[in-house]
Amino acid sequence: MRDVAIIATAQTKHVRAATATNEVEMIQPVIQEVIERSGVGRHDFDFTCSGSSDYLAGQPFSFVMTLDAVAAWPPISESHVEMDGAWALYEAWVKIQTGHADTALVYSYGKSSPGDLPLVLSRMTDPYYEAPLWPTSIDIAALQARAAIQAGVTSEQAMADIAYRSRSSAAANPFAQLQNSAQPSALMDEEYLADPLRKHDCAPITDGGVAIVLAAGDKARALCSRPAWIRGIDHRADGHHLNLRDLTTSPSVSIAAEKAGVANGPIEVAELHTCFTHHEPILRAALGLGDDVEVNPSGGPLAANPMMAAGLLRMVEVANRIHSGEVSRGVAHATGGHALQHNLVAVLEGEG
Amino acid sequence: MTDTTSNEPAPIELPAGVWSQPEVDMTAVAELGSVEAVQSVRAFASLTYDYTPGLATTRFLRLIQEKRLVGERCEETGKVYLPPRGVSPVSGLPTTEQVELGLDGTVVSFCVVNLDFTGNAQEIPYVSALILVDGADIPIYGLVREIPYNEVQPGLRLKSVWVEDSELTTSFENIKWWAPNGEPDVPSSELADYI
Repeated sequence: MRDVAIIATAQTKHVRAATATNEVEMIQPVIQEVIERSGVGRHDFDFTCSGSSDYLAGQPFSFVMTLDAVAAWPPISESHVEMDGAWALYEAWVKIQTGHADTALVYSYGKSSPGDLPLVLSRMTDPYYEAPLWPTSIDIAALQARAAIQAGVTSEQAMADIAYRSRSSAAANPFAQLQNSAQPSALMDEEYLADPLRKHDCAPITDGGVAIVLAAGDKARALCSRPAWIRGIDHRADGHHLNLRDLTTSPSVSIAAEKAGVANGPIEVAELHTCFTHHEPILRAALGLGDDVEVNPSGGPLAANPMMAAGLLRMVEVANRIHSGEVSRGVAHATGGHALQHNLVAVLEGEG
Repeated sequence: MTDTTSNEPAPIELPAGVWSQPEVDMTAVAELGSVEAVQSVRAFASLTYDYTPGLATTRFLRLIQEKRLVGERCEETGKVYLPPRGVSPVSGLPTTEQVELGLDGTVVSFCVVNLDFTGNAQEIPYVSALILVDGADIPIYGLVREIPYNEVQPGLRLKSVWVEDSELTTSFENIKWWAPNGEPDVPSSELADYI
């Protein structure tokens, strides 16, 4: 295997609605920033890969318009996934492993504000049995939260504590959309949004994006003083139909964690794609994280949730802490689909 | 054997059952045995979106309401984009300088449309062309009228024909169509970069 590292990152200030800019105007400054930070020439990337969704924009091939921001003429080697950018990173990582690239630009973005996000996400369900019922993302998460509470995996109080802790941590994150929180006791007094979920249990609706640069081996060492090496990366999917799964566990996360080598060393920080508070205890258990492991010091998706970018953002947050020397080993998790269906786990490490 | 005496395409033989519904084995569900199987479901879906044109396209649309065509220039390559989307696809950098363009243009490519389709308000045949507006570096689509369709060719000089001033809105539909402006054709060598 080739050594591959994240050598530079950038992200937007995440907001509820970026009403002035179109998608390419929203993501272009982030792409320009990450390219400048990386030290790789604008026209010198061996591979470019992006993640986004036409369902958010309500436009077919919407990602093509954002290619304007990567100087795609003369023609470049480029690909796109209709998935979170974490999977765009995975594709770029594979491309570098095959030897067809030494550097890669990866970006992803989501403008959720044009549509009604919970309804838009209902289109991810199977078209015959579930989609005609228009279950929103919040409805489905509530089913999972109820199952998790009944199984003793979490409690409404524990979920309020997670919301409080995440948004309090986000106070130190200048890019976060939501910062600070009322005390858990006050959160518990709020009305249900979808029993047992209250508003604080749900990630916000966010417009934003993120970009990273990957480089292999000596190139990464030459361009970055402390690269965040991808020591393990794996992704697995559980069944699509909700009724075929035990929603209180995540076997796909456990397999991906094992393949990525999460347990091969101490984990100092974990950035997890928790779109709802009850995801955290499910993921902690599936990843085998001890109670002492700090989860989502950035605030996580509960503080900023740009669809299609929030998973890649987890890698950025871990990589940033490795770049700065704050930690030496961390785990990043990204998810796609409803109720933690498809999961990617990556272990990032610094050297020395 | 292929029938070489006919212009009709040879019949294509398909394996049986390609487009038929496979038999459903319901023997395991005895109580459903007498129930008619569901052959298809039709699930209606619609989603409503707000469209954000963005900063550059908003600037363009505000000015087209004043009967002006204003593109934006890439500072690195000097190319002028119309309509502007905010970013130069060659440099990847924002377009910042607004450039007032002419209201005339040149056909760089075209097609004669002979097929009718739902929602099409034009009488066929008609000409849809890629038109390079004077001062722009990328052609836009437009309808060419007031000339027989078989006389349209690359290099043909055109003027834009607009709706009445009282009907101007923030829309490309302000330009009803394009028509010959009487100037001599532009030599094809000058259009090589735009085809």
